[in-house]
Amino acid sequence: MAFLELEGVSVGYHKNEFVVKDLTLDVEKGEFVSLLGPSGCGKTTTLRAIAGFLKVQKGKIIINGKIYNSIPPNKRNIGFVFQNYALFPHLNVFENVAFGLKIRRFPKDVIRKKVLKALEFVGLRGFEERLPSQLSGGQQQRVAIARAIVVKPDLLLMDEPLSNLDAKLRVEMRAELRRMQKELGITTVYVTHDQAEALSLSDRVAVMNQGKIEQFDTPENLFLNPKTLFVARFVGFQDFVEGDVVDIENGLVTVKIGSTSLKAKGMNALSLGMRVILVARPKNFEILENQSTNSLKGEIVSRIFQGDNILYVVKVPDVGYLKVEMPAENAKWRENEIVFLKVEPENCLAFPKED
Amino acid sequence: MSGKIFTYVMLTIAIIFLIGPFIIIFAASFSESEVLSFPPKGFTLQWFKKVISMPMFIRSFETSLWVAILASLLALLLGIPVAYVLARFDFPGKRFVEILTTLPVIIPQMVAGLALLRIFIIMEIFSIRTTLLIGHTAIVLPFAVRIISSSILNFPYSIEEAAISLGASRLRVFINVVLPNITVGIISAFILTFITSFNNVPISLFLTGPGISTLPIVMMTYMEYYYDPSIAALATLLILITLGVVLVMQKLLGISKML
Repeated sequence: MAFLELEGVSVGYHKNEFVVKDLTLDVEKGEFVSLLGPSGCGKTTTLRAIAGFLKVQKGKIIINGKIYNSIPPNKRNIGFVFQNYALFPHLNVFENVAFGLKIRRFPKDVIRKKVLKALEFVGLRGFEERLPSQLSGGQQQRVAIARAIVVKPDLLLMDEPLSNLDAKLRVEMRAELRRMQKELGITTVYVTHDQAEALSLSDRVAVMNQGKIEQFDTPENLFLNPKTLFVARFVGFQDFVEGDVVDIENGLVTVKIGSTSLKAKGMNALSLGMRVILVARPKNFEILENQSTNSLKGEIVSRIFQGDNILYVVKVPDVGYLKVEMPAENAKWRENEIVFLKVEPENCLAFPKED
Repeated sequence: MSGKIFTYVMLTIAIIFLIGPFIIIFAASFSESEVLSFPPKGFTLQWFKKVISMPMFIRSFETSLWVAILASLLALLLGIPVAYVLARFDFPGKRFVEILTTLPVIIPQMVAGLALLRIFIIMEIFSIRTTLLIGHTAIVLPFAVRIISSSILNFPYSIEEAAISLGASRLRVFINVVLPNITVGIISAFILTFITSFNNVPISLFLTGPGISTLPIVMMTYMEYYYDPSIAALATLLILITLGVVLVMQKLLGISKML
């Protein structure tokens, strides 16, 4: 049995109007799981329901075999790290971290030892006397993490903890978070809308859309084998064309697009004659001078310098504008050249068109 | 350029209208003449001496002080929980409670005073002192609720949730986390309620009588019979006291944070 189980959980802010619908999720002990999705997909709502800040209207939340639905949030022993840090502004760093220990009535010297150890752990020894307002955003978030973990919670919940930090610090803190989580072995549920963050931090990622989980998988699997169109788009595939399935063979489908056809990997159950959407990553297209298998003819409309990469926008008749990305050293193509775009069938995914 | 001149002219006019009357009162309180006049003739402190030695002024000053402090404290005692509940919870009838707490501002104070007079004093339910206190508390309560709930709303709810997730009960969160962070709001609410109560005329008019009266009422009555600069001296003293309180608060808290 998993450590944290959500069984058919529905949560909403109004009666019978659910933001999260019938959600089921298993998190193993010590696992780092991310809830990934666009804003409004219900990921924060799910997290707040686990914390007990929101009432679960249907289903069960089970931690370590015990049903938590009616346990008040202050009795759950769950650590929560907020996007805005939520430090106590009137207390200094030491007192902030000591807050939970004081409530648990530890003796003074034990509190002192534990707090200093936690601050050491997050790299903030020597900052005990500072007020939160005298710290940078990154330091404040470290205090918030220390405050949450010092009480040894059964579960750590983080709600977009890095999104208020600047880009460089965010990447640094990712590695830090991963280290801390592995070192403590604390079961963690992490909410983010940043796919790179989720993929780099987590053991498993649940991609959420409209209150439901689209796919719950390892980062590698999500990245390579998205199960739905939504997930594919979220992990960097671009839609490029619609067509009809004319042949199915060994998991590869042939899709007729106007007068040409392309081979692609069929996702979900596809049948002959089905309308499908093809998606691929911009960097999986190859630009060729001559016609080849699985290629489309087009004209380069613009060439955009992006540092390491060059982005081409290619106009393909019957298809529209496609983005193609390649390393700068290979990018010899100029604007207005007529070229062929080749994509390997396994890099091109076909999904049934949703109505 | 002409726009700038216009701004300065308007500013000067505004300042004259705002501060002018105070300067006239201030100057007149030092005048040697027997009637309130401006510009003042000569310089004397005799009106100040007279004012601080008149028992009726001293007694009513004490009453006003007493009523203002108690009414403000009562308003805080009632207002803080009400403000917290209004700011943090949704419940059926919330709008109604909100309107109820603003009612004393909407109802003309004369009407409120008359109602209190009829019910409590004429029917002899409470003493004049108690009724005066009830009336003042009711008048200043909306100010306390408004100021305190806005400072609670400015305090992120996630900080309270952080404390809850660390194991704190609702009451503990309120006492250990919310209260220390809204002290500025509480103090500014106290100052505003104190000043409002101290200056109040319409309610006090109905609820004072022989033996007990507030300073503004006594000043009004005094002015009906005498027109000497002692009233100006008293006004000057009151202005200086208020100014002193505000300056001390500004030093302690920073006025920009308060308002």
